Amino acid sequence: MTFEQRVFASLTVVAIFLVILSLIRRGKLREEFSWLWLLTGAALLLLVYIDGLLAGLTRLIGAVAPTTTLFIFGIVFLMFLSMHLAIRLSRVSNDLKNLTQAFSLHLSETSRQAHGAPSPDDNRSTQSADGRKQE
Amino acid sequence: MNRYIIIPAHNEGATIRAVVSQVVGRFGAQVVVVDDGSADRTGGEAGAAGALVIRHPYNLGYGAALQTGYKHALAHGASAVMQMDGDGQHLPDSIEEAFGRVESGECDICVSSRFLHADGYDQGLAKRLGTAFFRVAIRLLCGLRVSDPTSGMKCLSRAVLAVFAHDFFPWDYPDANVTVLTQRLGFRIAEIPAKMKPTPVGRGMHRGVLKIVYYVFRVCLSMVVASLQSPRQFKNGAPQ
Repeated sequence: MTFEQRVFASLTVVAIFLVILSLIRRGKLREEFSWLWLLTGAALLLLVYIDGLLAGLTRLIGAVAPTTTLFIFGIVFLMFLSMHLAIRLSRVSNDLKNLTQAFSLHLSETSRQAHGAPSPDDNRSTQSADGRKQE
Repeated sequence: MNRYIIIPAHNEGATIRAVVSQVVGRFGAQVVVVDDGSADRTGGEAGAAGALVIRHPYNLGYGAALQTGYKHALAHGASAVMQMDGDGQHLPDSIEEAFGRVESGECDICVSSRFLHADGYDQGLAKRLGTAFFRVAIRLLCGLRVSDPTSGMKCLSRAVLAVFAHDFFPWDYPDANVTVLTQRLGFRIAEIPAKMKPTPVGRGMHRGVLKIVYYVFRVCLSMVVASLQSPRQFKNGAPQ
């Protein structure tokens, strides 16, 4: 890897670290979501500074050029990140649905109590299926 | 017996009052309308007709609205729940029989089938093909023969409610997929004849080619997943 490539990769990693730390500091990113980005930056640094690691990986996966290896790992990383976010989004959507349901049920209950209405169990009809009143 | 009739409704202001009026004060059941974020007077009309109204602040989907009703019924000690649509398609004739079958322990889920009724039910070609497809799919996946795999009118026992109140329950289309899962969990499913009206033109849930394709894909995927789930995951009524 040439000197220019190393400098460019190092600056990229430093930029990633600074942006992540800034986002966490400003409360825009939770620490639990930052680990993947920080790990990626660290992996990039290892590839840049450990001689032969990128070449070894390239041989291992059967690629021809080291840049291909970087692209492949980049794509795998993005796929992993998308899946991670989809899982988180599913969980959050589910939590939001449950919260909305609980809110609606609570609102219905308090509204009924505020209007002095009896509980639904007391309010049950005493008519039979054919509509006749059962005394 | 502690009976509930759950009616999920989204923008059914034109029909909900008549639907509620048909069932309120009958069957010894509390009528609950879950207004799923309607933009019209659905909630007000339902309340005026005598139903207990639970309002979602925004639209969550047909399945989620049903589930809100299940959760309410469970919390109030329901012994059985009848669910029906708010668009006026479902008629109340079969409700007493459905409650009776579930409460007597004859079955856990009693489905009101429009195709078993002597008057029959007229569907367009696309819906007929869809119904036939889901009949075959359910038969192949869990060995159950049903005449009306997409009926939204069914009566559920308390044990079924306890399972349906959990997170796996589909928010959007709880149809044939739920039938496969309940059969797999060992619940007994029965069908009774029911007279139903055709869905009013332009009021069905499945409108537009893309929505229908997505619906079929979604339900098929959910059916396959349901057929792969182990009943042990649902010990004590909840997915573990």
